[in-house]
Amino acid sequence: MANSDGFDRFSGSPDYVISEPLKNAVNVTIALERPLLIRGEPGTGKTLLAHSIAHGLEKKLVIWNIKSTTKAQEGLYVYDTVQRLNDSRFGDRDVSDIKQYIKLGKLGQAFISPEQVVLLIDEVDKADIEFPNDLLNELDEMSFYIPETNETVTAIHRPIVVITSNAEKELPDAFLRRCIFHYIEFPNSELMEEITRVHFPDIKDTLLREALKTFYKLREIDDLRKKPSTSELIDWIHALIAGGIPHDRISSEIPFVGTLLKKETDYDYFMARMGRKSYGKNIDVYRMSH
Amino acid sequence: MFTDFFYTLKSRKVPVSITEWMTLLEALSRGYISDLDEFYYLARAILVKSEAYYDHYDVAFQEYFKGIETPAEISEQIMEWLKDPINRMTLTEEERALFDSMDFDELLKEFEKRLKEQTEQHDGGSHWIGRGGTSPFGHSGYHPSGIRVGGESGGRHAIQIAQERRFQNYRSDLILDVRQIKVALRGLRQLTRIGPEDELDLERTIDVTCKNAGEIEMVWTRSRKNAVKVLLLMDVGGSMFPFADLCSQLFSAAHSSTHFKDFQYFYFHNCIYDYLFQDIERQEWVSTDHLLHILEPDYKVILVGDARMAMQELTEKYGAIRYYERNDTPGVIRLKQIAEHFTHCVWLNPEEPYYWNHPTVHLVGKLFPMFELTLDGLGQAVRKLVVKR
Repeated sequence: MANSDGFDRFSGSPDYVISEPLKNAVNVTIALERPLLIRGEPGTGKTLLAHSIAHGLEKKLVIWNIKSTTKAQEGLYVYDTVQRLNDSRFGDRDVSDIKQYIKLGKLGQAFISPEQVVLLIDEVDKADIEFPNDLLNELDEMSFYIPETNETVTAIHRPIVVITSNAEKELPDAFLRRCIFHYIEFPNSELMEEITRVHFPDIKDTLLREALKTFYKLREIDDLRKKPSTSELIDWIHALIAGGIPHDRISSEIPFVGTLLKKETDYDYFMARMGRKSYGKNIDVYRMSH
Repeated sequence: MFTDFFYTLKSRKVPVSITEWMTLLEALSRGYISDLDEFYYLARAILVKSEAYYDHYDVAFQEYFKGIETPAEISEQIMEWLKDPINRMTLTEEERALFDSMDFDELLKEFEKRLKEQTEQHDGGSHWIGRGGTSPFGHSGYHPSGIRVGGESGGRHAIQIAQERRFQNYRSDLILDVRQIKVALRGLRQLTRIGPEDELDLERTIDVTCKNAGEIEMVWTRSRKNAVKVLLLMDVGGSMFPFADLCSQLFSAAHSSTHFKDFQYFYFHNCIYDYLFQDIERQEWVSTDHLLHILEPDYKVILVGDARMAMQELTEKYGAIRYYERNDTPGVIRLKQIAEHFTHCVWLNPEEPYYWNHPTVHLVGKLFPMFELTLDGLGQAVRKLVVKR
């Protein structure tokens, strides 16, 4: 309906299967020009979403990976004082021109881009607890001031901002109020079938069905420290195909289980469970023969 | 009235603010909603900021929209509400100012126009937008560009989705104050220089450079990292049940604070005896002697408990409330060992100081500086833990 307003612009990209609610959330984000905050289990495609938006709308993607040491200032600009000091001694550059020592960060790059870009702020909760607050104003106004050169950098086109979080830390309320929020649920088996088919267009039906069945059964084990997620499933299916494993062996043996269970305790736990099962079978055999 | 939805959400403890409500109205007025399903997801994306509150939202949504079958009814309600100036009286001054800052006539006109367009162009019945394949908002089936847009919401009614309450497991009423506690715990830091020399020591660089008559020489130094190690010992005895929520907030705040060099935690029942529990449910324990042996005295110890017990639990041999513990050493001696081994200990008491007038609380209070488990008390305790001795 509101195509004139640019609503409903994003409809997924061929390599990313998107649910209807998430699609709507993305489009509201674009239309209302607010950051989109994405949370969800690891491996549900939070980061890939930004890639997909960029791909689907044919825009450039600027990625800002957040680490525990990242400061908000780094996203805006860095003033390379050491380089300037060095140049004042040995360089042949004009050190009175401070501009050449101002290096824009990812946010700054997104602002000055001549076309609208998609800005991914990945794993925002990795940084210090006050980090999101330090970016509030810049994300609201889409501009910041560089005192060294007395310049204000203003966004030529407001970037589409996608922020991902693993809920390691609580995010400040003031920050949350400005965001559109979506929690990516773990895909159900139908959606998962779509997703795997995107990755393996030629996969045999029987193999896929068996693999998914086993995968969801494995996820039902509550005691696992880290449940296998989509990316692990894809790796696993890759291994199954590469190893030429026949489909009837998948659920009974679970080959290459190491691609699904990454924690040692989980692996041991699983092996112990499997061991007990086969032990039970042995007893049955014993009973039957007597 | 539509604003009641806002208050229904609030009464269901969804932390929704007027800013977010205005965002939703803006989205509605631009005509981004074609049916109740979309309204459900759109309102959720805008109003709810954590999956922990999705379930609260579902409950509120059911409560408010039960019986409302068509989006037209919502729109009527919104219109009615917007038209009636009396509704403004119920708002606080701040809220009113916010409402006034938007041009409502303009908003309304736009809204009505869109409503009209939609009903005329599409099916004209109770739905704004047809559910067939032609609309960009078509539900089930395939998107015009040939990409399947997710099967899960196809044809389902938002109320049904809300009724399922799939997010019940994500509920956690604790979340509210963990952040505050974390901020208080941030005071618990002692920065020491460790690791590779990768930080520019500006003062010394200037010094050395001046001595070199302007020849630049860089001086590097180790960067400062937090050296604080924390040992948390928590009472999980019966009298602590009323404070279980508070304690788990403290625990999750401390546990997820990444700035400690090391963080260890153990549990006890009423008082500390020969063993401390690592995991109550699995009955895993570690001997107190072993712990005192392996943990250096520079761990900052935070004990949490009401320190309220029978006197013999504290002072007698075999006094432990769990009779099979058969402690050879009275609890008070164990507490004394801890107080003497570690240089910095505090006791956080979840009870109000008013109730501290109890013999065992007095005795424990003599061994450890005792603070109330509130933000203020926590702040004081943290300051106590970082003073030099």
